[in-house]
Amino acid sequence: MILLDCPHCGPRDANEFHYGGQAGISYPTGETSDEEWAAYVFMRDNPKGWFHERWFHVHGCRTWFTVERHTVTHEMRDSR
Amino acid sequence: MTHPDFLWRNPDPRPAYDVVIVGGGGHGLATAYYLAKNHGITNVAVLERGWLAGGNMARNTTIIRSNYLWDESAAIYEHSLKLWEGLSAELDYDLQFSQRGVLNLAHNLGDVREGRRRVNANRLNGVDAEWLEPDEVKKFCPIINVSGRARYPVMGATLQRRGGIAKHDHVAWALARKADAYGVDLIQGCEVTGFEIAGNRVVAVRTSRGRIAAGKVALAAAGHTSVLAAQAGIRLPLQSHPLQALVSELLEPVLDCVVMSNAVHVYVSQAHKGELVMGAGIDAYNSYGQRGDVQVIEAQMAAALELFPVFSRVRVLRTWAGIVDVSPDASPVIGRTPVDGLYVNAGWGTGGFKATPGSGWVYAHTIAHERPHPLAEPFALERFTTGALIDEHGAAAVAH
Ligand SMILES: Cc1cc2nc3c(=O)[nH]c(=O)nc-3n(C[C@H](O)[C@H](O)[C@H](O)COP(=O)(O)OP(=O)(O)OC[C@H]3O[C@@H](n4cnc5c(N)ncnc54)[C@H](O)[C@@H]3O)c2cc1C
Ligand SMILES: [Zn+2]
Repeated sequence: MILLDCPHCGPRDANEFHYGGQAGISYPTGETSDEEWAAYVFMRDNPKGWFHERWFHVHGCRTWFTVERHTVTHEMRDSR
Repeated sequence: MTHPDFLWRNPDPRPAYDVVIVGGGGHGLATAYYLAKNHGITNVAVLERGWLAGGNMARNTTIIRSNYLWDESAAIYEHSLKLWEGLSAELDYDLQFSQRGVLNLAHNLGDVREGRRRVNANRLNGVDAEWLEPDEVKKFCPIINVSGRARYPVMGATLQRRGGIAKHDHVAWALARKADAYGVDLIQGCEVTGFEIAGNRVVAVRTSRGRIAAGKVALAAAGHTSVLAAQAGIRLPLQSHPLQALVSELLEPVLDCVVMSNAVHVYVSQAHKGELVMGAGIDAYNSYGQRGDVQVIEAQMAAALELFPVFSRVRVLRTWAGIVDVSPDASPVIGRTPVDGLYVNAGWGTGGFKATPGSGWVYAHTIAHERPHPLAEPFALERFTTGALIDEHGAAAVAH
């Protein structure tokens, strides 16, 4: 079971959270080619290592936040 | 049957091959076998970083069926099921392929409608399928609780009688033995760490055992495909997640079919040896950690006990996880990549064991002819740009 450090509520078990995937994906602006649109909709990083991702504290303060998590060890750093 | 020690040679890598397959799971082995058998291409190496078929091939819950919704999926999974039906004889090895019937339960009106629709779609595609009312479900599988007062009431089920299970280890060993007999080098303990690309063509792989030149390179690395593709500068629409399963202690025969429930995320069968084999849903977050969270197992067991009260005293022996590669439309990606000579077969996610022979068949054809097999064509990478998705979440999702 992984422990997430909610910036508002402190460390809580992952059961309380909803996973939101990669952080920092921004909506494309201006003219967008099919390739750019496909990348925006479907392409996400999938690293074996450190990963910036979004979590939602469903059963707590109900805010979204970003953490950096290691996808092998589940070590966390930098919740905000 | 005792563990067969000497079914294949254990060669050192040679400096060059016509085709190098990365990943010695079921799909890599089946691809090698069909490259040799169907296309006469035998100067082939299968490179496996661990031991042969020690990845998801050794971890899956062995469910085989072809009752997918869309035409493209029905075609490829049914091709695979037809191959399964002749595979023990063809490979001259008892794969313990058992067509005991697969039930997909419906627990609410939405499930009922989806199930009936899928039965009709299956029949139009020549795939055997039946709709069972709750009393018929009870007759087919007497230990299921069909009480209307259950937390997840059984409101009916689809049944594919030709579906079932096979012994995954036997499948891998049998494919390995035949591929080896054709002269394919099965090389264990050999991790691919990068690619050499000249112009836009792959010419070699770098491995933990040195450089190996390759006419063509075919990825069959399941959950690690993104990591490998990134080494070739390719981004794939895949996310890797843990998928857990467990087995119980050995029981007398109590369950002679496969029962799956998409809605409550549990699937159960009883192995030939007697243990109950149960699968869960994926853990939500990306991970290569080869283990999952206990709450997923808890939820799965709660659902299983609701459906099968007779299991309440059964003890769990082991749980484990594999890393599965999930695509946005829950369908595989098979075909060419932006790098010439580099092919991909991935995205089978939670449900690729059943596809093992079919996947190898179409992948071998694609590699041999340098263009997709007709059954593989709709599963090309381009579909994420064209929008021609094959959205199988309903039939694939996480119930295999
Ligand atoms: C718990 C669980 C239950 C499942 N249940 C079912 C089911 O009931 N029915 C069903 O149809 N499917 C099921 N699946 C899915 C199925 O197991 C997979 O879709 C299928 O096994 C994938 O193909 P494969 O056999 O080639 O993968 P794998 O057996 O994982 O083969 C990939 C191989 O590539 C190797 N590799 C990775 N990186 C490298 C590298 N850099 N160099 C060399 N080698 C490398 C790995 O070590 C691995 O052996 C399940 C999966 C899991 C985890
Ligand atoms: Zn919070």
